[in-house]
Amino acid sequence: MNEKEITCIVCPIGCKILVKTDGKEFELVDGNKCKSGIDYARSEALDPRRMLASSVLVKNGLWPLVSVKTNKPVPKDKIFKVMKEIKKAEIDAPVKLGQIIIKNVLNTGIDIIATKNIEKL
Amino acid sequence: MTNENVDVAVIGSGPAGLAAAVSAKENGANYVVIIDRNSWKGGILPQCIHDGFGLEETGNSMTGPEYIQMYIDDAKKHNIDFLTETMVINIDKNKTITAVNKNGIYKINAESIILSMGCREKTRWNIMVPGDRPSGIYTAGVAQAFINLYNIIPGKNIVILGSGDVGLIMARRLKLEGLNVLGVLEILPHASGLPRNVVQCLDDYEIPLYLNHTVTHIDGRERLESVTIAQIDNKKNIVKGSEKKIKCDTLLLSFGLIPENELSKDAGIKIDNITGGPVVDQTYETNIPGIYACGNCLQVYDTVDVLSKSAKLVGKNAVVKLIKNKKSIFVKPGKNIRYVIPQIINKKGLINFTMRVNKPAQNVTLKIKADEKEIYKKKQRWVNPANMIELTLEITHEILKKGKTLVVNLHE
Ligand SMILES: Cc1cc2nc3c(=O)[nH]c(=O)nc-3n(C[C@H](O)[C@H](O)[C@H](O)COP(=O)(O)OP(=O)(O)OC[C@H]3O[C@@H](n4cnc5c(N)ncnc54)[C@H](O)[C@@H]3O)c2cc1C
Ligand code: SF4
Repeated sequence: MNEKEITCIVCPIGCKILVKTDGKEFELVDGNKCKSGIDYARSEALDPRRMLASSVLVKNGLWPLVSVKTNKPVPKDKIFKVMKEIKKAEIDAPVKLGQIIIKNVLNTGIDIIATKNIEKL
Repeated sequence: MTNENVDVAVIGSGPAGLAAAVSAKENGANYVVIIDRNSWKGGILPQCIHDGFGLEETGNSMTGPEYIQMYIDDAKKHNIDFLTETMVINIDKNKTITAVNKNGIYKINAESIILSMGCREKTRWNIMVPGDRPSGIYTAGVAQAFINLYNIIPGKNIVILGSGDVGLIMARRLKLEGLNVLGVLEILPHASGLPRNVVQCLDDYEIPLYLNHTVTHIDGRERLESVTIAQIDNKKNIVKGSEKKIKCDTLLLSFGLIPENELSKDAGIKIDNITGGPVVDQTYETNIPGIYACGNCLQVYDTVDVLSKSAKLVGKNAVVKLIKNKKSIFVKPGKNIRYVIPQIINKKGLINFTMRVNKPAQNVTLKIKADEKEIYKKKQRWVNPANMIELTLEITHEILKKGKTLVVNLHE
């Protein structure tokens, strides 16, 4: 297994956590100041994911865009593929906060949801 | 001209203004009005579409628009009046506000005024970046509004100068849109944004961060054509031979924020040179009785959660007027401390202090002295100028009666 340094992003301290991993197994070396750091470092080493926020085109809306996010974190290597789908999408106004814009994007089980209300023009 | 009398007038409908207004209503104000020059409510947050807001306050990480909708809904529920697309142009000592919109001029006489005008970004002219004056140079926040609100792409090949959080967040946003982010330059030896933003916005997308670097020249006739970057030594001189020309069409600036206080200054409100915001006492009242300040026009907060929490206190104080002593003590930043709020204390009780340090450090001790007596001591594992320190401390009648100053020091 290789040693790897992971900067924890759970809280603003940003501990540098040293781990050993080969992508399948995980062993903590040191550097975390609290327990949340271990969970983060493990998922970062074995299955890194991120929340994704972007925007989708709106037809006949008061604004040309509605902001959106994924309802769950996306595997890191799928981020640009999901972005492509988000860019293709278009939705008619009015849009409601929480409304699903794309269901089960790319069969990931993740939905793209609106984070804003957009009124009709 | 429209003439109106209100209990509380709030200037600015960002999170600070909304939180303060709702709290004023909850504490018994009858007529609360929020005035904002924008056509929308919520200040800057509708354009901050990334997540990370509200974690401390609600336990959920929300995006900016979701977070602010919570407060907008709350304000509606409390029947708070809004005057949008209305610019406040003057406040006077008698608490009369002059505002203007499409319908003409308004005079609003308020029992209390809450200042929550937010902040604006530093520009090229605050830093004096030399060179030509082509198009294609924007502050990071303007580019954020272009992309997230108006569906306008600022350019294709982008350099970001300054590693503040807004700049880091924009680096990621532009990359996600398929644009070419050439790098982020920072003159300091460390990033000025939070470590987590360096990781999730730069490292994740392999965007280079050049520390100890700056732009020494801007070239371009109509549109930006290139920037010259150079390494800077610890005396802030250019390292000879390190200059490099980088072709780009867009330069984003992320130098930090300045509290918006032209109105306050014109009204005769005292401003702290370090924070750029009004000098306030423990109730967040300025030197003009009945005028209070909160949010980013008081000081630039790290997170909206802490900002909203203190804005709620301000809303309450603006209604429930506290009887204060004539005697005040002054709070001063000492060793390694940049500033402390409040700057003035004139009532005993539990007081909420916020402050920032001068430079990053580990294993340090924060001490507060009332004249020569130590009244507070706490070990801090780490401190960082980017992370505000918040603490609550009991200021007793004794301290208030005998003392002249409170000094906050950070010992290494
Ligand atoms: C570009 C930018 C990006 C940011 N991104 C983040 C982020 O990602 N995360 C984060 O936590 N913080 C961010 N911040 C900090 C952010 O400002 C605060 O989190 C928060 O929005 C501040 O709230 P506020 O209510 O003090 O000010 P604001 O939200 O700025 O609201 C102030 C309001 O006052 C109004 N106003 C000002 N002067 C007048 C006048 N004379 N008359 C009428 N109305 C007036 C303005 O139009 C505005 O609507 C960002 C700031 C900027 C400038
Ligand atoms: S390990 Fe704990 S203390 Fe360190 S950054 Fe992560 S959450 Fe914060």
